[in-house]
Amino acid sequence: MRFVIRTVAISLLAGWLAACSEAPKEPEVVVYTSRKDHLIRPVFDLYTRETGVKVRYTTDDDGALITRLAAEGKNSPADLLITVDAGNLWQATQQGLFQPVESEVLSTNVPANLRDTDNHWFGQTVRARTLVYSAERVKPEDLSSYEALAEPQWQGRLCLRTSKKVYNQSLVATLIERHGEEQAEQVVRGWVANLATDVFSNDTALMEAIAAGQCDVGIVNTYYFGRLISDKPTLPLALFWANQDSSGVHVNISGIGLTAHAPHRDEAIRLMEWMSSEVPQHMLAEQNLEYPVNPQVEPTELVKGWGEFRADDLNVSIAGARQVQAVKLMDRAGYR
Amino acid sequence: MHLFVESGLSSLALTLARLRPSRLDSLTVVALLLAAAVLLPIAVLGLSWLGDESEVWRHLADTVLASLLGNTLLLLVGVGAGVLVLGVSLAWLTATTEFPGRKFFDWALLLPLAVPAYVLAFVALDLLDYAGPVQTALRGWLPAFRGVSARQPVVVIITLSLVFYPYVYMLARVAFLAQGRALMEQARILGLSPLAAFWRVALPMARPAIAAGLALALMETLADFGAVSVFNYDTFTTAIYKSWYGFYNLNAAAQLASLLLLFVLVSLFVERAGRGRARYEQQTARRLKRVVPGPLKRWLLFSYAAAVFLIAFAIPLGRLLFWVIHTGARDFDPRYWGLVSHTLLLGAGAALVTVLVAIFLGYVKRTRNHWLTSAAVRGATIGYAMPGSVLAVGIMLSFAAIDRWLDAQLGNGSIMVGGLFALVLAYAVRFLAVAYGPLEAAFERIRPRLLEAARTLGATPAEIVRRVWLPLLTPGVLSALLLVLIDVMKEMPATLLLRPFGWDTLAVRIFEMTSEGEWSRAALPALTLVIVGLLPVYLLMKRTR
Repeated sequence: MRFVIRTVAISLLAGWLAACSEAPKEPEVVVYTSRKDHLIRPVFDLYTRETGVKVRYTTDDDGALITRLAAEGKNSPADLLITVDAGNLWQATQQGLFQPVESEVLSTNVPANLRDTDNHWFGQTVRARTLVYSAERVKPEDLSSYEALAEPQWQGRLCLRTSKKVYNQSLVATLIERHGEEQAEQVVRGWVANLATDVFSNDTALMEAIAAGQCDVGIVNTYYFGRLISDKPTLPLALFWANQDSSGVHVNISGIGLTAHAPHRDEAIRLMEWMSSEVPQHMLAEQNLEYPVNPQVEPTELVKGWGEFRADDLNVSIAGARQVQAVKLMDRAGYR
Repeated sequence: MHLFVESGLSSLALTLARLRPSRLDSLTVVALLLAAAVLLPIAVLGLSWLGDESEVWRHLADTVLASLLGNTLLLLVGVGAGVLVLGVSLAWLTATTEFPGRKFFDWALLLPLAVPAYVLAFVALDLLDYAGPVQTALRGWLPAFRGVSARQPVVVIITLSLVFYPYVYMLARVAFLAQGRALMEQARILGLSPLAAFWRVALPMARPAIAAGLALALMETLADFGAVSVFNYDTFTTAIYKSWYGFYNLNAAAQLASLLLLFVLVSLFVERAGRGRARYEQQTARRLKRVVPGPLKRWLLFSYAAAVFLIAFAIPLGRLLFWVIHTGARDFDPRYWGLVSHTLLLGAGAALVTVLVAIFLGYVKRTRNHWLTSAAVRGATIGYAMPGSVLAVGIMLSFAAIDRWLDAQLGNGSIMVGGLFALVLAYAVRFLAVAYGPLEAAFERIRPRLLEAARTLGATPAEIVRRVWLPLLTPGVLSALLLVLIDVMKEMPATLLLRPFGWDTLAVRIFEMTSEGEWSRAALPALTLVIVGLLPVYLLMKRTR
């Protein structure tokens, strides 16, 4: 008995070690992504069909993936990290997890404020976070800016998503950058005072609450609006482009960076470049109703229907640089 | 340590200790090594105290810490009371009385165990919040009703109680059934009313089982992040995540997590100490004859059981089904079976490994009355209270360190992280407590006198194992296997962080959908997960019927 167990154990161990150390035969790229499976797989599948290069990937939250990359160090199998906000790209850069990529293609396809100044990461899609309001109870001319939602006329009429979501942390980070910490805190305190109900855990639930009459106005990413409106076209909701007379609509990106120890460096750069080109850009944007980062590529018809807007031209890395400050500010202001 | 010695001596094993002098033999050493391996990822978190994170601490203390602690305490007290009331009452009723549908409710009341807390949370919130169908209908009927937020402590408490009461129900029920008829008859003969007999005899006798169930439920509550974050209810785990994701400060997160564990350790110890020198040996029970109450009472009991079943299981399942039929089914494709098989494979593999470790630890603790083993076993089972992702990070950090060392030695360092082994170890660490609970109960049933008798009658050690240990342990082993299987299938954060490439499970898919706010598309994997979990839950119950 003991002999059998020992034999089995040893052969299992040997097999496992052999399996682990087996060198990959076909060309491949390994990706850690917080962009979810159903929003990224079609693009990777297309790449594999076109080039024969296999893309292996795993999904998780940004923070978890960054921690994993850092812990694995130069043993990491990952070539690329895709995150869904700029703050986490900035953070990965701070931790030295990326290496710069000098690429003519990427520099042409990705506007300067949507990539790292030292080319550690590049935006892939643009996500606009703006105001959504009840078409029944709010006149669009009453709306103007994020800051104005702190005014007393919105008392008991505002819905917000939790401050734990990085999108709100990035928004407040840009407020701090524009106005300074003190004034930004005034704005956030004003928001909290105007809340109609406890903050929500996601944008979709927030918009449903506006439609149901629990509150009148909120701040959401436009693709959540697009998804909800596609599912339920009759909801009395509309988008308003915020801060058109001042800083512009707050935008964030989903983006990509080459890891510091990428085992398949050249293949990975080819994938990055390809993803900034027309067809995949269109796919990425279409999958999730976002805006392509490549200015040559148009968003989908539904998204175009929301109209043109002026976007905030701050470099999106501000979201990372001021994230800690923003989280602390929101804690102080009682924004849960 | 002195206290451990005392509790070790006061335990049941007193008689055994006389037979075998306590010493460090090879089995004990192996057990200690195993416990150490399990404790390693936790110990790594302890290293975080080497860093100075006073800035984060000061910020938390100045702003949110007080309310987080208050919320956590409220949740623990609320869920504790909730699972005790539901679990003990339902266990007592199904074990000792006869009412319509009793045979069905016997096992049906265990079904909520197959529903992950995060799933019930988003279904409950969807149904009950202002914009949900319930309040919308109410506002339609009652113009005076203005609507309220469902994101309130009481809703969180009820939701978690409904998910976690089966732990208490299951263990308490087994205990009540095991007490059998004789015990209650004796109590009645001595002049106690049925109610008094319950309070003064049955309940105290079932205390170890109830306490074990309660401990599991409360540890799940402490570790929960998925469900509370759906409600945006801030608990201590929120602070951990805030430090990690918000402040990018893993060290501070680890410090917070280790404090959480310290709290659990102290609580478990207090419970043990409270049990004191009480012994829980039982006569082999005659099969219980159930009381048959009058018709009104019968139907009241039926309504109570039915209500719990509906709210905790049938209605949420119906909502998931509704979603799948309307929208969610579009995600169904052949790849879907891969998710199901990964879920089952990981569950089964992890259950096997975890239970084997638990059996070994239980055996060593039972036969070798060394205070070190008791302490090690205690320590090895606290992983359950740790938020899954924190534990996963601990494992990842330790394995990454091992990888770096291997890299230096062999020139090949990507062996541990991202392998199945790391994931299975994570499950084992996290769910050892779940496996150990029923096993410990089983080990306690092996009365010292039984072994003495076997020995006196000339049984060889092998015979004692075969004819005493095995028959008495098998039920506990099966329970442990099924419980761990169910828990592993529901586990989300550790699976996310540590799964090898391509090993996506149903829980992973649920995460991907819910984190995008697409509850209706999460319904398909959620429903599948519940259905896959039904079989083990059913088997679990069949055993104790």
